[in-house]
Amino acid sequence: MNLITPDSGLLFWMVLIFGLVLFILAKWGFPAITSAIEKRNTHIAESLRMAAEAESRMARLGAEQAKLIEQTKTEQGKMLKEAARTRDEILAKAREDAEAQTARMIAQAKAEIDAEREGMMRDVRRQVATLSVEVAEKVLRKTLSSDSEQVALIDRLVDESASADIKKEVN
Amino acid sequence: MIGKKLAILVSFILLPLAAAGQDLDVSEVIFGHVGDSYEWHITDIGGKSIAIHLPIIVRASDGWHCFNSRHLEEGEYQGLHIAGKGQPHEGKLVESDGSRPFDISITKNVLSLMIGSLLLIVLVLLTARWYKRHDPERETPHGLAALMEPLVMMVHNMARESIGEEDYRRYSPYLLTVFMFILLNNFLGIIPFFPGGANLTGNIACTLVLALFTFFTVNLTGTRHYYKEMVNPDVPGPLKPLMAVIEVFSALIKPLSLTIRLFANMLAGHIQILCMVCIIFIVARYGGVLLGGMSVISVVFGIFLDCLEMLISFIQAYIFTMLSSIYIGLARAKG
Repeated sequence: MNLITPDSGLLFWMVLIFGLVLFILAKWGFPAITSAIEKRNTHIAESLRMAAEAESRMARLGAEQAKLIEQTKTEQGKMLKEAARTRDEILAKAREDAEAQTARMIAQAKAEIDAEREGMMRDVRRQVATLSVEVAEKVLRKTLSSDSEQVALIDRLVDESASADIKKEVN
Repeated sequence: MIGKKLAILVSFILLPLAAAGQDLDVSEVIFGHVGDSYEWHITDIGGKSIAIHLPIIVRASDGWHCFNSRHLEEGEYQGLHIAGKGQPHEGKLVESDGSRPFDISITKNVLSLMIGSLLLIVLVLLTARWYKRHDPERETPHGLAALMEPLVMMVHNMARESIGEEDYRRYSPYLLTVFMFILLNNFLGIIPFFPGGANLTGNIACTLVLALFTFFTVNLTGTRHYYKEMVNPDVPGPLKPLMAVIEVFSALIKPLSLTIRLFANMLAGHIQILCMVCIIFIVARYGGVLLGGMSVISVVFGIFLDCLEMLISFIQAYIFTMLSSIYIGLARAKG
């Protein structure tokens, strides 16, 4: 029966000592430990959350970067294309201008040549006319020694110029 | 050849046992070990017992007495003696007329309680000091702190789960103290030599006090709703008195069940292990093969039971704490 009868002495000491232990540990022991561990746990949780956030931000940044690169590339292509077009345009325009200039110059040259030829022709005609008058003078001087011949010639000349007038009118 | 040598060796080891086994009173050995005493018997060397004599502090009918228990070996001292076998208060200090004085002697269990408590305080305060001196956000604990941390957090989280986020912090230190106290003293009880070996947590006075601490914690800090449910439960009119009686009884029986569970488990564990050891001494008188065989068996079973006892030490500490936290949680219920 000894075993199941609580002994007063042990009860007394147990209350005293356990009470003391409880007081000491509840005041200076466990709260310090648990609060420190909880502090660390929240710190770890916080760190993990931040790491996850940073990772997602990095992923987002990467995607953004890739997009930016792509955009730049397309822009570059566009610019290159535009540059090529501008170059072609400039070249074409230059060619056109050059052609126009050339044509104008050719036309001018032609006109000048024509004008010169005309002048020359006029000159030649005048000289030929002068020459033929001179030649005719000489020939006439020699042949028109008699009066009959002079009258014959006048008649012929009149006829000729008359026919030439008629021809001109017909033409 | 080897077998023969081994047999000789075994017989040499067991020879003294055979002599000791002649007049062995097993129940006395077992109950002497699991019970309380005024001296801490360590061992016998050559028939001479080595023991620590503990101080006696009693308030008898003629006033206070305080002396060393060594004086009681010769019989009565200052009008006090230890009651013999078969008498009332067997093994306890009684006065000449057989009545029991108010006895607060430092017995074996009280000394064990002091040693265990001191050890617990030192261990926990050292751990707390580690956390104070180190930045817990930068360093992981090592050594003692690493050993204590999982235990502490296990109980702390248990308190949070059963009491609730709101005020578990108020109760967690109590639950932690109870858990560590029971665990440490359970383990000390398993150690078979001096600082351990006392059967403190297998003593009903110890477990009763622990259970009463839980009882008062539960019933002095209960919510209005808890008391209302106890004296005026939400049941149809005629059932009210019956339910109230049942509720009050259940509140009173809870600490009792805590007391008996821990006490009985630890006591039974001690007795089992002692029985295994005693088998060797019981069969010693038969000698030879039986002694050798049974020794091997009892050692193997003793090792098994020691391991089991370690598991039970932990489980019982855990159960006591968990039930305490659940009772507190129930008393913290809100409408």
